[in-house]
Amino acid sequence: MIAEAGLAALWLAAALAALQLALACGLGGEQGKSIRAVRAVAVAQGLITLLAFAALIELFLRSDMSVLLVAENSHSRKPWLYKFAGTWGNHEGSMLLWVTVLAVAGAIVALFERRLDHKTLGASLGAQASLALGFFAFLLIASNPFERLDPAPLDGRGLNPLLQDPGLAFHPPTLYLGYVGLSVAFSLAVGGLIRGNVGPAIARAMRPWVLGAWVLLTLGITAGSYWAYYELGWGGWWFWDPVENASLMPWLAATALLHSVNVLAGRGGLRAWTMMLALVAFSMSMIGTFLVRSGILTSVHSFAVDPLRGTFILALLALYIGAALALFGLRIAHVKEGAPFEIVSREGGLVANNLLLSVILGIVFVGTLYPLVAEALSGEKLSVGPPYFNSVASPLALVLAALMLIAPQLKWRRDAKPILPRLAPGLLVATAVLIGTILLAPGIGILPRFGLMIGAALLPASLLPLVGRSLRRTPLPIWGMALAHFGVAVAILGMASDSAFTQEKLTAARPGDRVEIGPWLVEFRQVLPLAGPNWTALEAELRASRGSGVAVLRPQSRYFVDPPTTTNEAAIDTSWNGQLYAVLGEPSDQGRWQLRLWWKPFVTLIWLGGFLIALGGSLALLGRVFRRRSHGFYRAEASE
Amino acid sequence: MNRLTRFLPLFILFAFVGAVAWRLSSPADEKIQSKMIGRAVPAFTLASAVPGKPGLSSKDLASGSPRMVNVFASWCVPCIAEAPLLAELKARGVAIDAIAVRDRPEDVAQFLAERGDPFMRIGADPESRAQLALGSSGVPETFIIDGKGVIRYQHMGPIEPGDVSALIKQWEEAR
Amino acid sequence: MRVILTLLLLFASPALADSSLPPARWANEQLPDPAQEARAKALMEELRCLVCQGQSIADSNAELAGDMRALVRQRIAAGESPDQVRAWLIERYGDWVSYRPPVEPLTWPLWAAPLLLVLAGAWLLRKRLVRRRG
Repeated sequence: MIAEAGLAALWLAAALAALQLALACGLGGEQGKSIRAVRAVAVAQGLITLLAFAALIELFLRSDMSVLLVAENSHSRKPWLYKFAGTWGNHEGSMLLWVTVLAVAGAIVALFERRLDHKTLGASLGAQASLALGFFAFLLIASNPFERLDPAPLDGRGLNPLLQDPGLAFHPPTLYLGYVGLSVAFSLAVGGLIRGNVGPAIARAMRPWVLGAWVLLTLGITAGSYWAYYELGWGGWWFWDPVENASLMPWLAATALLHSVNVLAGRGGLRAWTMMLALVAFSMSMIGTFLVRSGILTSVHSFAVDPLRGTFILALLALYIGAALALFGLRIAHVKEGAPFEIVSREGGLVANNLLLSVILGIVFVGTLYPLVAEALSGEKLSVGPPYFNSVASPLALVLAALMLIAPQLKWRRDAKPILPRLAPGLLVATAVLIGTILLAPGIGILPRFGLMIGAALLPASLLPLVGRSLRRTPLPIWGMALAHFGVAVAILGMASDSAFTQEKLTAARPGDRVEIGPWLVEFRQVLPLAGPNWTALEAELRASRGSGVAVLRPQSRYFVDPPTTTNEAAIDTSWNGQLYAVLGEPSDQGRWQLRLWWKPFVTLIWLGGFLIALGGSLALLGRVFRRRSHGFYRAEASE
Repeated sequence: MNRLTRFLPLFILFAFVGAVAWRLSSPADEKIQSKMIGRAVPAFTLASAVPGKPGLSSKDLASGSPRMVNVFASWCVPCIAEAPLLAELKARGVAIDAIAVRDRPEDVAQFLAERGDPFMRIGADPESRAQLALGSSGVPETFIIDGKGVIRYQHMGPIEPGDVSALIKQWEEAR
Repeated sequence: MRVILTLLLLFASPALADSSLPPARWANEQLPDPAQEARAKALMEELRCLVCQGQSIADSNAELAGDMRALVRQRIAAGESPDQVRAWLIERYGDWVSYRPPVEPLTWPLWAAPLLLVLAGAWLLRKRLVRRRG
């Protein structure tokens, strides 16, 4: 019953999306009446899609095995949290989540966007509806989550223990909210281009969505990186794997867009660039979802590999992105640009920021797809991995970070004051770090050294915009900016430190052996068998001591029976200045055990920084959403 | 912004869709072919994998007449399926040597006892060195090497009934 | 979802099963000379595992990856340079086995992309910016 109701809700929502599109197209004539109709239909579409999603959740929670999706991905003995999360732990369920966010986002815009003129709003809601239509079609035709299974099995297939992790419960929804949140920026840009209304109004409508989506993407990617680092046991936190790149590209576009949209909202400049970025950001979300589900790129992370479904998504993608880019090409000539500004100005800094982020985005795009294109053209197989991306993207990212030392302090339009005095604190710190690292750590590479220098310099420099202000009356968005930039500095320091100072020890040890790593003396005590609810394990006991502190680590080699799998549960000890990371390997002959140990100084700064960036963005978002007056904060600043 | 610039992103999209559509229509072949085909067999010497059988060295593979080298292991499941087909090839006059990868003598002996023994020589490759030197990336694989010691052909995966005639043809051409 | 498959692919028994032999000695033992070990480790992180779904041989638990690590360590210990070891493997498996793409006509666009993109971006912006006065 519920399954059929869910499916019916999906069909109804799809019909409402079609109706919304039709109404929006017919909006050319009357004003007030029709927009109310479009708003109402959009809200209804959002609610009904939400109902469909709720139906699927109910089926999973109740473990209704007569539904194919539940039977294949769930099991009655799973804890309820993982039954709940299992709803989106599969292709069909995650696509339904995608479509639900798309529809609900449209509903929220329809309900709460009151400042935008009605014709532009109508065109944007029409664009959102057409996005929804395509994905509804994909769900209903090629990925029906509510398909029945007859006869229903007694229980499901999905007791896979690897599925039962809190990270899996929260990681996909966070990312999806981010990816699909960018659809609003896309639709608003399309609406603005159709109406020729590309100006501060569109930017102000877009801004909270861009901020919100970006914050969620930042959190999702940060969490994903930490989770992979923690779970996979090789001590790495980013591999430039195609699926990782697919999640990074929308984030890069969204970061550039978020800076650009502020310029358009407050100063009326960068119109073409902002519209292009708005289109590109959600395009990257769609491309990312396609790459990950179609199976055309080999990745450790790819899931739901199905070329047929991949082709469907490719067709949708080509249609939407093609139409949007064609629209851009045709209409952008009619958009009047704002006044030009000098290179040395806040606009100039933001333009440089956009340029660098777009170049990095281009590099990740080219690098990810190059093996495919090269093979198509020449038949040769090649691999493009970390050596390429690290050597090419990291220097550009450092240049961008160096730019952040001064750009937020520049005046709008034209800054004639000398730069050097304002750069001085940052330069001093950088020089001190340079000398310090040359003396204390001469062997580290150039890139990590510059990373340490720039990261350290950016720590105080990011807070400079707050200096000399009445802190209580400083608008939240400025606090947010300072905190986010501070977070960038923290993350860079973590990455550089991990790159420069990580030590690794591999040993075949007998109980009683001691190993030195970094400041630690690690004693391998014993290996004991252990049993859990559905696994058995061998657990090693390691006592690590340094100076005063002692840490006990218990890495495990875990064996599951159903399905037969072995996993390594790494043991991590986190202290103020780094993490000690231990993995238990195979027993070798003569009673020895493979042990892999890492000492990673300050590595947690990477994810702490990511979290601070997201927190800064949230502050800015709060400041925007709850502001009473509608003047841009930049205008207030310009008068200072 | 001139016409080229305005529509440049659209052109990039077309290129992307084209490349991706190509890949969807001709799915990637996951196998990594050896690049040593057409080149001389790299020098190697392997001890005997089983008592009673000689070991294998690269000199044995430049003996004047072509030889087939089967890279296998006792723990390799598809190797069981291809054993009768190797016997058939031997019956049709193909001279077959083998490299046993990551194997113990007793396990190899048992495998040969159970599945038949079409090999003249079997070299033991406990650390996959010879396998890597040949550019082989898994088991089972079968190479055809001509009388001058040049690698002429690589068959990846188990030999299936449909492959026998192709292999015989390659064998004849290597003479 | 990604991690499930990651872990499954890493740790599930491959269809061809595993050998009963232990890993090669130098698969999991570090070279005594730290400088050589650092060079070997850096190279291992750039070589692609032949039987995995997109991992370096440094990160993979596959047996063949272990044997490749042993090969790298032994050759570096014998005095070969990382480039020589890489070249030897590329001779056998093609450029695919190295995560560092070669610099040759086929990959010129790849390596030139960053500079070209920066120049393209700057050119697009030329009318937007005015030179600083005074």
